[in-house]
Amino acid sequence: MSKELIRLADLKMVFDDEVVLNSINLYINDKEFLTLLGPSGCGKTTTLRIIGGFQKPTSGDVFFDGVRINDVPPHKRKVNTVFQKYALFPHMNIFENVAFGLRINKVPEAELKRRVNEALELVNLPGYGKRSVNSLSGGQQQRIAIARAIVNRPQVLLLDEPLGALDLKLRKDMQIELKKIQQQVGITFIYVTHDQEEALTMSDTIVVMDKGSIQQIGTPEDIYNEPKNAFVADFIGESNIIDGIMHADGVVGMYGKRFPCLDKGFAKDEPVDVVIRPEDIDIVPEEQGQLTGTVTEVTFKGVHYDTIVDFRGFKWLIQTTDYSPVGARIGVKIDPDGFHIMKKSVYSGTFGDYSSYSDAYDELNEGPDAEGGHEE
Amino acid sequence: MKSKALAVPYVAWMALFVVAPLILVVVYAFTTRDGGFTTANFSTLTQYAGVFGRSFLLAIIATLVCILLGYPLALLLAREQSRLRGMAMLLIMLPMWMNFLLRTYSWVFLLERNGFFNTLLETVGLPKLDIIGSPTAVVLGMVYNFLPFMVLPIFSVIEKIDPRVIEAAQDLGANSSQVFRRVIFPLSLPGVLSGVTMVFIPSVSTFVISRLLGGGMNLLLGDLIEMQFLGSAYNPHLGSAISLVMMVIVLVSMGIMNRFGEGEGEAVLL
Amino acid sequence: MKKNGPVSRLFIFLMFLFLYAPIFVLIAFSFNDSKSNAVWGGFTLDWYVELFQNRTVLEALQTTLLVSVLATLIATVAGTAAAIGFFNLRGRTRSVCLAVNNIPLTNADIITGVSMMLLFVFTGQVLSQWGIDFRLGFPTLLIAHITFDIPYVILSVMPKLRQLDPNLAEAAQDLGATSFYAFRRVVLPELMPGIVSGMLIAFTMSIDDFLISYFTAGSQTSTLSMVVYSMVRRRVSPEINALSTLMFLVVLAMLIIINLRQGGALRQTRKNGGGPAAEGLLSLENEDLDPSSVQER
Repeated sequence: MSKELIRLADLKMVFDDEVVLNSINLYINDKEFLTLLGPSGCGKTTTLRIIGGFQKPTSGDVFFDGVRINDVPPHKRKVNTVFQKYALFPHMNIFENVAFGLRINKVPEAELKRRVNEALELVNLPGYGKRSVNSLSGGQQQRIAIARAIVNRPQVLLLDEPLGALDLKLRKDMQIELKKIQQQVGITFIYVTHDQEEALTMSDTIVVMDKGSIQQIGTPEDIYNEPKNAFVADFIGESNIIDGIMHADGVVGMYGKRFPCLDKGFAKDEPVDVVIRPEDIDIVPEEQGQLTGTVTEVTFKGVHYDTIVDFRGFKWLIQTTDYSPVGARIGVKIDPDGFHIMKKSVYSGTFGDYSSYSDAYDELNEGPDAEGGHEE
Repeated sequence: MKSKALAVPYVAWMALFVVAPLILVVVYAFTTRDGGFTTANFSTLTQYAGVFGRSFLLAIIATLVCILLGYPLALLLAREQSRLRGMAMLLIMLPMWMNFLLRTYSWVFLLERNGFFNTLLETVGLPKLDIIGSPTAVVLGMVYNFLPFMVLPIFSVIEKIDPRVIEAAQDLGANSSQVFRRVIFPLSLPGVLSGVTMVFIPSVSTFVISRLLGGGMNLLLGDLIEMQFLGSAYNPHLGSAISLVMMVIVLVSMGIMNRFGEGEGEAVLL
Repeated sequence: MKKNGPVSRLFIFLMFLFLYAPIFVLIAFSFNDSKSNAVWGGFTLDWYVELFQNRTVLEALQTTLLVSVLATLIATVAGTAAAIGFFNLRGRTRSVCLAVNNIPLTNADIITGVSMMLLFVFTGQVLSQWGIDFRLGFPTLLIAHITFDIPYVILSVMPKLRQLDPNLAEAAQDLGATSFYAFRRVVLPELMPGIVSGMLIAFTMSIDDFLISYFTAGSQTSTLSMVVYSMVRRRVSPEINALSTLMFLVVLAMLIIINLRQGGALRQTRKNGGGPAAEGLLSLENEDLDPSSVQER
C-alpha cells in the first residue's frame, strides 16, 4: 500500500453554534482516488475546503506529509482545487487561465508554453488556448478548470462536485475521463460528491458522511456489500431494511421466521437491521417462498421490473426480470449471502421502507443543482 | 408583432427633443446671426484655449483624485460584512440625493475667509487658509460632489466578483497582492471606466462649482457656455460652437479610453 | 476575504467624514442665532420661520413638485411603453434607438440644457412670424424633464423585459385571456419592480435637476434649485441652512421608509438574508451605473 499523505486529526467545525464537522479522523494515501460522499449539509465540502486552506477548523489538525499545515494559507499549499462552478477567470483567455499558476511561480516562458499545451492536451482540448472562457460549453470549462489545476503538478487535486453542473451523458463520460487523468498524472484526487453512482465508479476509497460525521470508510465494494448502518445502506443503492433478531451465528429472524445468513459475531438475540438489496431477491411461486406477500406496484425499467411487494404492511422493492402483475400473491427466496446484518444505530427505522416508493425515488433523482451552496 | 408600434411615439419624441436640438447646436455653431454659413465661431475659440485647457486639466485632476480615494474606499467597503456594506452604500448615496447646489454651497461656508474651517484653525493658533477662489477649491468641489459616482460602480463590480474566482487564484499560488493585481483589479476595470465617465463629464462641463468655489476667477467651459446662452455675452452661435467642440473632445477621449478597456465599459457612453 | 484592519477602518471613517462634515455643519448652523457662518450665537428657529415666509421659495417648491410629479408620471407610462416597443425591435433599428435613448444620459447636462433651449428659442422665432407668442416657461420645463426622465425608466424596465419568460403571455392567452388581459394581469406585474424603480429614479432626477431646468425654464418660472442658485450667488442668508436641513431630513426620511419596507419584505422571503439594508435602492441606482445593464446583445 502506498504511503500516507494527508491526515485529518479530530477535526471539528462549528459555525454559529451549528456543528458542521464532528470529530473527523481520516488519512488519505498518496496516489489515491478518495471520494467524500454524502447528502448536502453533511460537511463534505467543508472538509475539502479545510484541506484546501479556505477554511480553518474550529479545532483539530491537518497534516500534510507529516507536517501540520493548519496555518498555511491556500497559496502556499501543494494542493490545487477544481471548483464547483469552475471559477475560471473571466478576463483571461483559456491559455492565460491555465498558465495562471505557472506565471505566479515565474516559470520560464518556453516551459510555461509547453506545460500549458500539455495540460490542454491531457484534457482533450488542444489548440483552445486563444478562445475566451465564455465561448466554451460547461463540459469544456470543466476540463479547463482541471487543466488549470493539474498544470501546477500538485500532489493533491481537490474536486468539489466538479460534474454537478453537467448533464447526465456528459457526466458519465467525464467520470471515466477523470479516472483516466488521475491514473495518467498519478496524484491523489480528493473528490466531493453527493452522487453515489459517481463515487462507486471512480473511487479507490469512499468516505460516506452524514451530519458532520464519517459513517463508513471503505472500498466501493465494501461500502455497497457491507454497509455499516441504515444510512449507508440507504444512501448507496437501493435497500430494503427490516428489523430483525440475530438468533445465533448464521441465523437471522424476521417476521417470526428464521433465515440462514453468513453474518456472525452478534450477541444472542441481539436486535439488528437486516439489509436486503432489491436485486438479491428471487420471486418464486407462493408455496415455495420463504415469505409470501402481495404485489402492489410494478414499474417497467428496461432491464428489469421494479416490483413493490407488501409483506404484512412493510413494503419491499424487488428488482427482477420476471413480471408479476399487481395483486398477485407471490413468494420470495433469498440466498444466505443476500442478507447483510447491521448493528442498530441512530438511523434504524428511518430508511428502507418502500411504502412511499415514488417519493423516495424523486429524492434520489433530484438534480445536482438542488444541492450545494448550503454547506458554506 | 404589433407591440413594436409602442416604440413609435417615443421615437418621434426623441427625434424632436433629443436629435433635433443637437442638430440645431451644429447648425448654430456653423452660422452667423443672419443665418449665413461661417466657421468664424470656431476660429474665435482659439482665444479661449486657456479655458479649454483649464477645464480639462481640473476635470482630469478631479477624476484622478476620485479614483485614488474612491477605488480603495470601494474595495474596502466590498470586503465588509453584508450588513455594513448595505449601510455604507446608503450613506454614500445619501448626499447624492441632497441638492447639489446646497452641498457645494456648504463648502463655501466651511472654507471662506471667516468660515468654519478658518475659525477652527485660528483657535488652534494656525494661520488662516485662503482656499476659496483657487483652483484647489474647484477641484475639491468636483471631488466632493462626484466621488459617489466613482465609488458606486467600482463597488458594484467588485462586489459581483465570484469569491470562488479569488479562491481559485489563491489556490493556484497567488498571494494577496497578486490576487489583487491579476484578478480583482482587471475585473474591476469596467467599474472604473464607468466611474471615470460619470465623474469626468459633469466635472468638465460644470459652471456651478467654479462659480461658487472658484470665485469667478477660474472660468471653466461650463461658465463660458452659460454666458453665451443666459449671461452677459449672449451669443448662442459661439456657445454652440464651444458646446460642439467640448462634446466632440469628450466623446473621442471616452471612446479611446473605452477601447483601451477592451470595450467593457463602452455601453455606458454609446 | 480578509477583514479590514484599523488603518482601513480609519480611511473609511475619514472618507465618510469628508462626505458628511459639510452637511452636519450646515445643519448645526441652521439653528444659529447669528448671521455669521462661523460664530455660534445661541439656538434659534428663526431661519425656519423666515424660510416659510419666503414666497419665492414656496412658489419654487410648488413648481418643482408639480413638474417632477407630472414629468415622472408621463415618463413612467411613456417609458414603459417605449421599452416594450424597443424590446420587440430587432437588429440595427433597436441598437440605433437605444443609442439615441442613451444620449441624454451620457451627454453633459449643460449640453442637453442648451440644446433644448436652442430648440425652444428657435421654435419661438419661427412661430412669432405667424404672430404666435411662444416663450420658455413651465411647458418647456416640463418637456425637458420628461425628455431626460424617460431614458431612466427605459433603462430600468429593459432588464425586466429580458428576464421575462416569453411563454408567460402565451400561457395566459392559451388559458383564454385576451392579449390585453394577459398583458395587464401577467406581464405588467412581472415588470412592476422595474417600472417602480424607474419611476423613483426619474422622480429623484427631476427633483434634483438644476442645469437642464436652468436653461429651459425661462425667466418667469423657477424651480427650487434655481432659487437656491440665485440665493447662493448673492451673499448668503442662513435661511439656506434651514432649507438644506429640511431637504436633508426629507431625503433621509424617504430612504429610511423605503428601506424599512424593503427590509421587511426581504426578511419575509429570505430567511437568513445578510443585510437587505440599501440593497434595493442600490440596485435601482445602479441600473444606470452598471455598464452591463446598458449593454445590448
